[in-house]
Amino acid sequence: MPENWNSADMMNVAAARELHDGNVCLVGVGPPNLAANLARHTHAPDCRLVYESGAIDAKPRRLPLSIGDDDLAATATSVVSVPEMFNYWVGAGRIDVGFLGAAQIDKFGNINTTVIGDHDNPKTRLPGAGGAPEIAANAGRVIVIVKQSTRTFVEKVDFVTSVGYGPTGRERQAPGAGPTLVITDHGVLEPDPETNELTMTRLHPGVTVEQARAATGWDLKFAADIQSVPEPTETELDMLRRLRAREVIDA
Amino acid sequence: MPRPVPLDEAIATHVHDGDTVALEGFTHLIPFAAAHEIARQGRRHLKLVRMTPDVVYDQLIGLGVADELIFSYGGNPGVGSLHRLRDAVEKHWPHKVVVHEHSHAGLANAYVAGAGRLPFAVLRGYRGTDLEQQSDIISRVTCPFTGEELAAVRAVNPDVTVIHAQLADRAGNVMLWGLTGVQREAVLAADRAIVTVEEIVDEFPERTGAVILPEWVLKAVSVVPNGAWPSYALGYSTRDNDFYQQWDAVSRDRGAFLAWAKENGLEAAADA
Repeated sequence: MPENWNSADMMNVAAARELHDGNVCLVGVGPPNLAANLARHTHAPDCRLVYESGAIDAKPRRLPLSIGDDDLAATATSVVSVPEMFNYWVGAGRIDVGFLGAAQIDKFGNINTTVIGDHDNPKTRLPGAGGAPEIAANAGRVIVIVKQSTRTFVEKVDFVTSVGYGPTGRERQAPGAGPTLVITDHGVLEPDPETNELTMTRLHPGVTVEQARAATGWDLKFAADIQSVPEPTETELDMLRRLRAREVIDA
Repeated sequence: MPRPVPLDEAIATHVHDGDTVALEGFTHLIPFAAAHEIARQGRRHLKLVRMTPDVVYDQLIGLGVADELIFSYGGNPGVGSLHRLRDAVEKHWPHKVVVHEHSHAGLANAYVAGAGRLPFAVLRGYRGTDLEQQSDIISRVTCPFTGEELAAVRAVNPDVTVIHAQLADRAGNVMLWGLTGVQREAVLAADRAIVTVEEIVDEFPERTGAVILPEWVLKAVSVVPNGAWPSYALGYSTRDNDFYQQWDAVSRDRGAFLAWAKENGLEAAADA
């Protein structure tokens, strides 16, 4: 791996590249926030960022720490209440792309962000659902950003917080297309067109099939024509560093 | 209501042991000062409601104020876990807290139903999630017109809702703007509502998108400048992100948390 970027940088850059001008994107805290703002400051200046706190078309001058930072409302085209956000915008299907994280994800894209262990007596209490279940159901497409490991990529999630394609990959009933991309620090997974099983279709530079397999808690399948993700460019890396440093950046 | 009352009097009069209490404010305008006053007065066995428990409920839960929690996202935004919430749920310190959890859409709509004095609200989410196992707060209902099966959430009607706002006028009407979250619904869903404000003005300014709550739906207004810190009040302060980041180390350790409580005059409340 080169000296000037690491696998986490690659993951964020790869996620940002999936967002295009004109896309309406619902942004959550953490890597999704970084990726969406990276896209806006590089190749997709006209993507539209929506934060579940109520800011529509937010143009934050520096990377917000929370989804409710003061800069979001101050720079938004419109600010709506939380019930309006979830009923008229997310629930009504006005979001093109939803970025989600995961503590656990299974081979059919079902996501756990609630508990590790039993719900009433958990080993680890996680933050919970937030906006994710409705984003997973209603966004036109869902991009999951998550580091790949056997702890995270599991045969069966301990709790289904957000539905991907259902327990056997065939139960999805929601309006949106579901998790069409899972972007990790190893590469990119996409649902198989027949079975909806998450299949590795792209690998990041320097990552091997063996490494990706070892980081997965199920018998991972690989596309026959597996692609390589282009390395991050200097422009992408520079902007990523400035966003992480929470510099004020003029659009 | 109209006459502003000191915060300690407002809390003493309207917040009682065992009450269901909602302190709302979605990242913005979180009523921290009122929360600390509730702890300082030693309230116990509260059923706390909040979409995002945030640091404010991490503090109250660590101080032993709550027995139950209704919520939808229990993290420290952009930072990580709420360690006091986790300690209470995982290790029952200082005692067990029973959780009832929604998605944001679910809890927001539960407040909407509460504000409208309806028994439940309808939404399209939840299908196929394990959140549906909580059948006492989440169920399904069939649309009588189309036959579509939808999610139903039980209404939330707090005994008391507390919010922070930028302004009150001399009559006691309240005005807030910026990210207004679910505060209108939380106030109208409650039996009693308390508002802390940055200041009192003779006349409200013109503000697009502001929420104005008439004085006759409120029980008390208290003037508490900076009463949302380390959250913020748009136009008055910015979010103290450094505090949110530093809270991680304080809340991670029971000793560090108790030391924080003592420094802030809240130690009497901790039953640990």
